Amino acid sequence: MLDIRGVTKRYGDRRVLDDVTFTVGDGRLTGFVGGNGAGKTTTMRILLGVLQADAGTVSIDGTEIGPADRRRFGYMPEERGLYPKMPVAEQVTYLARLHGVDRRTAAARTTDLLARLDLSAHAGDAVEKLSLGNQQRVQVAAALVHDPEVLVLDEPFSGLDPMAVDTVLGVLRETAASGVPVLFSSHQLDVVERLCDDVVVIADGSIRAAGPQDELRRAAGPAAWELLVDGDVAWLRDEPGVVVREFDGGYALFEADDAVAQRVLRRAVQHGTVGSFAPRVPRLSEVFREVVR
Amino acid sequence: MNGSFARSVQLVAVREVQARVRSRAFVVSALILIGMVVAAIVVGGIVGKATADDTTPVAVVDGVSLPSTDGLDVTTAQTAAAAERLVERGDVDAAVLPSDDALGYRVVGLDDAPAEVVAALSVSPDVELLDPDALPGGLVYLVALAFGVVYFASAVTFGQSIAQSVVEEKSTRVVEILMAAIPARALLAGKVLGNSVMAFAQIVAVAVAAAVTLAVTGQDNVYSMLGPSMLWFVGFFAVGFVLIASLFAAAAVLVSRQEDVGSVTTPVMMLVMIPYVLIIVAYDSPTILGAMSYVPFSAPIGMPMRVFLGTAEWWEPILSLAVIAASVVVVVLVGARVYENALLRTGSRVKLTEALRG
Repeated sequence: MLDIRGVTKRYGDRRVLDDVTFTVGDGRLTGFVGGNGAGKTTTMRILLGVLQADAGTVSIDGTEIGPADRRRFGYMPEERGLYPKMPVAEQVTYLARLHGVDRRTAAARTTDLLARLDLSAHAGDAVEKLSLGNQQRVQVAAALVHDPEVLVLDEPFSGLDPMAVDTVLGVLRETAASGVPVLFSSHQLDVVERLCDDVVVIADGSIRAAGPQDELRRAAGPAAWELLVDGDVAWLRDEPGVVVREFDGGYALFEADDAVAQRVLRRAVQHGTVGSFAPRVPRLSEVFREVVR
Repeated sequence: MNGSFARSVQLVAVREVQARVRSRAFVVSALILIGMVVAAIVVGGIVGKATADDTTPVAVVDGVSLPSTDGLDVTTAQTAAAAERLVERGDVDAAVLPSDDALGYRVVGLDDAPAEVVAALSVSPDVELLDPDALPGGLVYLVALAFGVVYFASAVTFGQSIAQSVVEEKSTRVVEILMAAIPARALLAGKVLGNSVMAFAQIVAVAVAAAVTLAVTGQDNVYSMLGPSMLWFVGFFAVGFVLIASLFAAAAVLVSRQEDVGSVTTPVMMLVMIPYVLIIVAYDSPTILGAMSYVPFSAPIGMPMRVFLGTAEWWEPILSLAVIAASVVVVVLVGARVYENALLRTGSRVKLTEALRG
């Protein structure tokens, strides 16, 4: 488990991170969301030791980590970059070796990873000759080639074509499934909602919410329900304990506690055919707007 | 940790060497430099030899005995008339005819006094040189020029290439991945080491090419005069280049775009250029050479030059080398600090004071 505790960072008088505290569980895909300038990249750079924090600790399973531990992290910076003129396989192998992997293992992992990322045909090409999508895949390979114990990715989906998004998604899921803590930041809340077990929300340098996604979403607002029936649901307005939020012919979105909701469902079945009835958990974007405000 | 630091440095250095060897610009410029040195030696040898072998054709009437025929290409003529005809036809520069005076011969020219023939036939007093080992001025100048050009060309080539590779890592953002894997100091050390090795290899190649060319063209005497100073030059360059490379790296890390490399490395370029100009302008000034031989940036050419001239005591190159080594330590420490602090700051140019403060 990756544990970030009390991390603070200033640039001159400006405090960019204020007592940032959250955890990334083993095997948990954790989404790190926040607006531009909220402090995501700074936090990740401190995690990787690329930047020094003014205060606070980063530890794994209770042990504070040093530079040697960080070599076993996998990192994909927001600012993508590789040596343009260096051949793909050689470059990925080189980066693996910088992370302390021996020559033979580095070469074997590179071959394996390039095959998984559908890049084998380009192994000998200079990176600059590849399409942008393929360059992004090489970047993913660079983050994974040393079989990291912790994976940190800054905006891994930005600038990706849909094919590459799927590739990266697959790789992230696989990596998390093998028990590695995975932290990634994203602007795309729908992607985070679809993918993440846990969510950390940061705004103005401080953590506003952190925890399992479903808990955060459930806690974000009163229980709401969606009802779709044949005909009209105008009768719903007169039901006690019901607050109708949206209403459109046979569709209604309303707030009610569980008992009232069950009563509404029974009445709906008496009135006619029920097309669908479902609890509606707030979207992550709603949670985000709520906690960031 | 120390083992992994050394391994990181080694990995970075090897990559630098590979990148350099693969670059066509590097290979071509190295070949041009070696070619220039070889050509200069070959041309110098041919010109020297031509001057030494130069003889004046002269017709001598049969029966006239000359005190010496050094420098003369003698054609024997049967009669005085035949000899004069050779002069008129331009086959020879002068004719030596029998005469009744004390010498027993006289010289006939066409339209002006044939000075070389007269000189060859004249009696010269003995000349004693008080400083018989003094080097010919032309050779001293050529050697100064050679040291200056080779030092300047190599330092600038490899200084620029390390500057460009520092900025390349910043401009392509690959630096953030590198910094997540290894300390910035290891990256800097590897880059300086890799480029220094390549620069050193080029200098050695030039020195070997020069030695081989001197031997092949039969100028062994020049080689024996030049040998020790060439060895010192190679040694001084090895240490001195680390200094220059660190400065180029620390200067280049302040900017993020290749277009800005030129402006930010100009002061470092001056440090390389000034010794180059000085050695050419003031190669015969003992005072300036003396000063140059101890200033870290000019010592790599100043001290070998003094060794060549024989004006340096045996301990002087060693002392000077120690001065350079000490300044290397200082510059590398300061440079590493600038490098660490400015490496992640992309965008506008980082002020040097900010980079030093961190």
